[in-house]
Amino acid sequence: MTRLSVNKTYKLYINGQFPRSESGRSYPVTDAKGDFLANASWASRKDARDAVKAARAAFPDWSGRTAYNRSQVIYRIAEVLESRRGQFEDEIRSQEGAAASLARKAVDAAIDRLVWYAGWSDKLPQVLGGANPVAGPYFNQSTPEPSGVIAVIAPKGPLLGLVSVIAPVITSGNTCVAIASEPHPLSAITLGEVMATSDLPAGVVNLLTGPQHEIAPWLASHMDVNGIDLTGVRDADLAISLEQAAAENLKRVRRSGVEDLFSAPDLDRMTTYLEIKTVWHPMGL
Amino acid sequence: MSSLTNSAHLGEVTNSQSALRNFLHGLPGVDQVGADQRAAALGTRSIKTSAKAQALDLAISMVDLTTLEGSDTPGKVQALATKAMHPDPADPTCPKAAAVCVYSDMVAHAKERLGTSGVKVASVATAFPSGRAKLEIKLADTATAVEAGADEIDMVIDRGAFLAGRYLQVYDEIVSVKQACGKAHLKVIFETGELQTYDNVRRASWLAMIAGADFIKTSTGKVAPAATLPVTLVMLEAVRDFHLATGSMVGVKPAGGIRSAKDAIKYLVMVNEVVGQQWLTPDWFRFGASTLLNDLLMQRTKLKTGHYSGPDYFTLD
Repeated sequence: MTRLSVNKTYKLYINGQFPRSESGRSYPVTDAKGDFLANASWASRKDARDAVKAARAAFPDWSGRTAYNRSQVIYRIAEVLESRRGQFEDEIRSQEGAAASLARKAVDAAIDRLVWYAGWSDKLPQVLGGANPVAGPYFNQSTPEPSGVIAVIAPKGPLLGLVSVIAPVITSGNTCVAIASEPHPLSAITLGEVMATSDLPAGVVNLLTGPQHEIAPWLASHMDVNGIDLTGVRDADLAISLEQAAAENLKRVRRSGVEDLFSAPDLDRMTTYLEIKTVWHPMGL
Repeated sequence: MSSLTNSAHLGEVTNSQSALRNFLHGLPGVDQVGADQRAAALGTRSIKTSAKAQALDLAISMVDLTTLEGSDTPGKVQALATKAMHPDPADPTCPKAAAVCVYSDMVAHAKERLGTSGVKVASVATAFPSGRAKLEIKLADTATAVEAGADEIDMVIDRGAFLAGRYLQVYDEIVSVKQACGKAHLKVIFETGELQTYDNVRRASWLAMIAGADFIKTSTGKVAPAATLPVTLVMLEAVRDFHLATGSMVGVKPAGGIRSAKDAIKYLVMVNEVVGQQWLTPDWFRFGASTLLNDLLMQRTKLKTGHYSGPDYFTLD
């Protein structure tokens, strides 16, 4: 007897849930040869708005947790990802047409990247902050604090690309709304399933799939978004207009650019979305 | 329904406890599933662009900006009053809120700040929110608010008496409070979350309207569920039927639980569809809310500027 195949419905990941796009739209995702793979949700500006709302609501709790706890949660994402690596490898191979060895390497790198950032969570204050010597009887101390809600436009590279831009943002206590790579959205939603089951509070990471030229401008101009990462924007005109829109409320902007995702990351993905708070304190108290 | 509720008949139903009971229990029952579905269906209307802009401004002008906390201070009430006069200080074209709603001891503070701005002061009274006190105390509470300058009195009914079937007692209380109000408008709060059934909501609506309420109001905001679309639908239908029977208009105020502009617009659609355009003014329809105003302002700013706004740009209270 033939068995009916059960195909997965790829939806969005907003506020810890997997809704369909409010617009009801979807777009076909094809494999490297151009054959149909699956339908992905085509997120609208209202999905982006809902995602920002969820991210804002999640911010006080997430940023208020101890760095140690955030570190554990991110490590947990790596653990769960490891346990589902087969599925990610399959998705990478089908979406990109990559060889099995390359897919394995990409999943390894993504897991290692998460563990690397998890370790940074409770070390940022020591490295970036500290006691400042001042000419007076005061205690003067600086500490990094998260900026708030960060919009991220992920680069290509179904899994590693996304992990490389999300992990640094949430490590320091920010929450984020990410637009997954338009041609390779499937791993993003599977990553959402990993996140939903790894103690990450709802709304800390929200994942949208769809065309960036439609969704990104709404995030760039959104007054309740504090920073934007344009890494995945390949269209120079779009990048300029997004930077201009982001200037309205002085968002922290990371400009678009091509990066070798496999090389060891710098700290700047984290430091771009940190504010330094300096406190003066009378010595006597 | 017409034979039951013609105006000549309505005068007699309060003659005795049994007459009132017979009248209220003779009202047709509410089809609960039907009411829920009707409310849900009206909530699906799509209101966009210029219609939305109009609806948002109308909704802002209908807000009774409310603070009913044990922690209310004169400062907080005055800040709220300032916000009611200028909801969006950056935009002079933004309409004023309809009123501020406070406890009776805060009326003077609100009144002082509002002056001649046209924003009304509403005061809750009659042992709000429980309504559990002797009639003399309730009347004294009302008198305090009226003397302090309240333009509107929001009274609560004695839900215990209502649920026990002592309708005449509830009726008499409303009539007495109405007298104590003098020129102030009277809003009667049912606390629909405690009335259990839509049938009771319909009965309470008729009872309050016969007793002379200027407005009927869903909830205190202290009990969940507070205002819901179907409950407001039942009340609006009662108001419509009362208007058909007597020719008098009664206002409706859903209060509590309405937090988004989207929800507010659903209510406006329902008002338009059930009782008609006549009711679409702050004189006949109000929202009892506090956080709703900020969402209305954010949506308004979104329409004006073309990009999404955030809570950082509006005052918290």
